[in-house]
Amino acid sequence: MTTSTPTDPPRPTGASVADSTLIAQESPAAPTAITGPGGPIAGPPPTPPPTPAAVPPAQPRRRGWRSLLPTMTPWLALGLTLVGLITLFGLIGPFLVGDPDTIRDIGLAGPTGENILGTTQTGQDVFSQLAFATRGSLQIGLIVGVLATVLSAFFGIYGAYLGGFADEAFSLLSNVFLVIPGLPLVIVISGFVPPESRGLWTIALVLALTSWAASARVLRAQTLSVRQRDYVSASQLSGERPWRVIVVEILPNLLPVLASQFVYAVIAAILGEAGLSFLGLGASNSSTLGTMLFYAQNGFALPLGAWWWFVPPGLIIALFGMGLSLINFSIDEIIDPRLKNARNARRLARTRKES
Amino acid sequence: MSSVKVTDLTKDYLIRDGLRRRRMRAVNKVSFELTPGRTVALVGESGSGKSTIAKLLTRLERPTSGTIDVLTDDGARVAGSAYRREVQMVFQDPFASLNPFHSVAHHIARPLRLHKRTQDAASTRSEVLAMLERVNLTPAEEMAERRPHELSGGQRQRVAIARALAPGAQVLIADEPVSMLDVSIRLGVLNLLGRLQRESRLAVLYITHDLATARHFSDDILVLHHGRVVERGPADAVILDPHHDYTKLLALSAPDPNRLGGVVRSTAPDRDAIDDSVCYDHHLGDWVPSGTQEVAA
Repeated sequence: MTTSTPTDPPRPTGASVADSTLIAQESPAAPTAITGPGGPIAGPPPTPPPTPAAVPPAQPRRRGWRSLLPTMTPWLALGLTLVGLITLFGLIGPFLVGDPDTIRDIGLAGPTGENILGTTQTGQDVFSQLAFATRGSLQIGLIVGVLATVLSAFFGIYGAYLGGFADEAFSLLSNVFLVIPGLPLVIVISGFVPPESRGLWTIALVLALTSWAASARVLRAQTLSVRQRDYVSASQLSGERPWRVIVVEILPNLLPVLASQFVYAVIAAILGEAGLSFLGLGASNSSTLGTMLFYAQNGFALPLGAWWWFVPPGLIIALFGMGLSLINFSIDEIIDPRLKNARNARRLARTRKES
Repeated sequence: MSSVKVTDLTKDYLIRDGLRRRRMRAVNKVSFELTPGRTVALVGESGSGKSTIAKLLTRLERPTSGTIDVLTDDGARVAGSAYRREVQMVFQDPFASLNPFHSVAHHIARPLRLHKRTQDAASTRSEVLAMLERVNLTPAEEMAERRPHELSGGQRQRVAIARALAPGAQVLIADEPVSMLDVSIRLGVLNLLGRLQRESRLAVLYITHDLATARHFSDDILVLHHGRVVERGPADAVILDPHHDYTKLLALSAPDPNRLGGVVRSTAPDRDAIDDSVCYDHHLGDWVPSGTQEVAA
């Protein structure tokens, strides 16, 4: 999911100049100052037209892949910004900060010019720890997101396409995984695997195995509906192989659902891993936001009032989750266009009230 | 050229009714032949088994019993992937039969490549444009890049016809090809089908519930009721001189400007008393038990 496309019409919330020019082209009563002969846009600021945006600008048709991209809204922009900044911090941050494990004799010092987020009990720099921990959490989120999406796509789409016994077997399997209580199982497995072999991938695998089932059921229902459509019959009729029917004819119509489930799986994985690490059951010798919180808890950060130790990792988890959720709401609008219509109607009502 | 010989075609569906299962016979011992250059119309109300026959002929479903043989000119049976090339179908709903995600060019290019009609991208492209021009979708260059939602119903149905003909099909199943279209463009699509049929001597099975277009467009008519053929014969004979009660009922239910007052109930056949077990064969000029094969005249 990327940001705006060239075909995106200017939004009322966007640059006001672009808005006015668009409306000016539509209404003949608009001042000529904007597109005067030889007169550039510079000059007097464009006065608002008499009926400002009574009709929202018509959306140009979007074709093919573009139609899969969500409409740019302020909320989506906020979500993309949050996710982008945190990802950037996790990617680049570790190269710019010092060693997070260096122990100094300035334990539990508040934020200063040198340590902008203060230090831990043992004098380690919180900001460096935060950079490495963000990277660790993002790694977990990405691995689990990909694994869970692949698993749910395989069991959901392939089973529903095959039908018959395979479908029954696959839905039985996903039903079983659905009723397994995720976090307790994860705790049991993590407790069972000895800490030395409890690496990043073990935790990721456990989280992925407990989180794919719900998505598989949604995908199965969607596939059952798409599979019935005539264009799928038509492509079978022309002799397409099953994998091509699935990948080329059915899958594109499920992409918004898959994207939304991927985003959700990433949120769930980061939260789940943070929970595990906080309980001390996370991946050993790895650094994530959850382990930071674990050490902050062990170091009595809260009773000692060392807010700079536990607030930043908590805030990053919260903001990243919020950003992904905002992106997910925009993807939901592609799956269910009625949501978009509702938003347009709200906007229309608002502009009517203002004018 | 190839012809189709359908013998005693029967299809049962299993219906789960709580714990019990019962069989529903959708098609009951239907036999007919499709020959190059001729159109056979399959007429009947909803649920009479018309679309099931289409699915059986296109091998989207397996028949419970009976045989479907596609024979080439020298009498050889067509099997396997060649069957997919020979027998193609135009679906009823042009809004559902094209994938909203893909361009018009994709829909026509895939069958071309699958059946090795074209070898490389350039020849596929030129063949796609030629197909579009054959179905009167011009300018072809522009149409090829469009997506289904940018086309009207009639244009979509033309794309669907082009897709069906792309593999080089000799047998075309048209499942109510115009019932979802505006009345004003129905004739255009039907005339296009007729022209393509004459050009490539296609064998066409025209499935419809509309007696008027069946007479206009086809050579022979089979009237289907509850999965059985109840009347068969040349189009004019079946429409103008219906013998079976069900055919009479169908003819009466079509709107007729001379009968604006409505059907006189007493003269209409009783719907509940329709006898499916007999079939009037206009070629023989006599009643036969339905399910027996037509004797070549």
